[in-house]
Amino acid sequence: MMMSRYRTQRLGFALLALGALVVVVPILFVVLTVLVRGIGAINWEFLTAMPRDGMKAGGIFPAIVGTLLLTLGTALAAIPVGVGGAIYLSEYARDTWLTRAIRLAIVNLAGIPSVVYGLFGLGMFVLFLQFGTSILAGSLTLAIMTLPIIISTAEEALRAVPTEFRTVSASLGGTRWQGIRNVVLPQALPGIITGILLGLLRAAGETAPILFTVATFFLPRLPRSPFDQTMALPYHLYVISTQVPGMPVKIQYGTALVLLALVLSLNVVATMIRSYFRRRRQW
Amino acid sequence: MTEASPKIQIENVSYSYDGKTVLRDVTLDVWAKAVTVFFGPAGGAKTTLLRLINRLNDLVDGTQMTGRILLDGQDIYAPGFDVPRLRRRVGMVFALPLPLPGTIRENVTYGPKLAGIQDRAGLEEIVARSLTQAALWDEVKDRLDSPANALSGGQQQRLCIARSLALEPEVLLLDEPTSGLDPISTAKVEESLLILKQHYTVIIVPHSIQQAARVADHAAFFLMGELVEYRPGREIFTTPRDRRTEDYVTGRFG
Repeated sequence: MMMSRYRTQRLGFALLALGALVVVVPILFVVLTVLVRGIGAINWEFLTAMPRDGMKAGGIFPAIVGTLLLTLGTALAAIPVGVGGAIYLSEYARDTWLTRAIRLAIVNLAGIPSVVYGLFGLGMFVLFLQFGTSILAGSLTLAIMTLPIIISTAEEALRAVPTEFRTVSASLGGTRWQGIRNVVLPQALPGIITGILLGLLRAAGETAPILFTVATFFLPRLPRSPFDQTMALPYHLYVISTQVPGMPVKIQYGTALVLLALVLSLNVVATMIRSYFRRRRQW
Repeated sequence: MTEASPKIQIENVSYSYDGKTVLRDVTLDVWAKAVTVFFGPAGGAKTTLLRLINRLNDLVDGTQMTGRILLDGQDIYAPGFDVPRLRRRVGMVFALPLPLPGTIRENVTYGPKLAGIQDRAGLEEIVARSLTQAALWDEVKDRLDSPANALSGGQQQRLCIARSLALEPEVLLLDEPTSGLDPISTAKVEESLLILKQHYTVIIVPHSIQQAARVADHAAFFLMGELVEYRPGREIFTTPRDRRTEDYVTGRFG
């Protein structure tokens, strides 16, 4: 009896370990493949030069800059709105049909395919608001796609701060906002930052939302204003992988490697910021 | 205000939560510079009444209050009444000590800073005075900038008392302030109560009837949301008039 229970437990552990392994293997495989095939393309010129010869030579500098600019624009638009919305929902809104409807909408927004956001951005920002295909339109489209992630993780982080802290702040003569700013937000910040970076990571790697709103096939110069078009890494990767015959495989994987490195380094930054705040606010 | 008028007048206060009445038609006067005790078995709505006196229950949804609470003759639930200012005048210490994130000093200066006190010297003085009044100064004066949550439970509770005292409130509400403390810390907190009542009006929900009898100048006995008996002085513990009070103070239930 004992033995068989022990065996069952071992079997269970083995299955769980296998499950964890199954998750890790494809990730490692992807990273390694991209690394091995792409590392040869990486050099100073590749990172800092304009593309030449129908993109078959030269660098991907404008695509890197474009992606950084789009991510920055997304952050500028999505962070204030997202965090503000989360503070409202968690701290101020009462439980009414309206706030329930808003929450439902946020959950559903998170499930919408990114290409639909792209079409929405085309209709709303490019055509209706006449921003044209521009960094502005692309950033706003990406921001809307990112909002649900930011709002729901930030709201979660705010709710995880015990109510008693708000009560204590109020009992010392603090207004509701003073309690949020001085006591609740500092404690929720690591969670909020995680949400923001998760959202931005997704925005940085997306192709469909920028397809109709900002990305350009080939533009061997840097954008000059927020109303300019730009190249961007995910779309560039798509283009050179499917639209250009005779494209050297090395350049394709090199581009993928740069995109991957960019996203992963954002991830590392996220982890660092998080652990910094955790250390400062010890509980 | 003459010396003879009560500091706080609670007039016919009833309170319900989600349609359930938890406090029924309570009327009593609280006198200045004395310790008033609200005691009785759990579920008597003593804490609720305490939280009504500085409007902390405003933060809770789905509640309804009738009746009036007057502080120095002014209705604190009157429209337009300055609630943050009320809470500076009526401080509160909770059953579980909860230091705010940050250092000991930051905890004590939290209230004064929100009240607009900025100058360093003034804040220093407030820190020293309130920690001394809360009988904590000697233990922490050399480490004011270390994290508040590194203190022991008893020290944390005295820090929370100091944090309230930093605002020099006129009234101090204490909700079972010694419930999580060992006897020595409890004695220290009770000792500081004796100092405090020289300057403040103190209302305390004690964590035992023994404590009630030790610290009370006046005592009110609550049972199931009703005020059963309230008399100035301490006779309530020796010669209770109501049968239910007698049963409780003699240990027949509770």
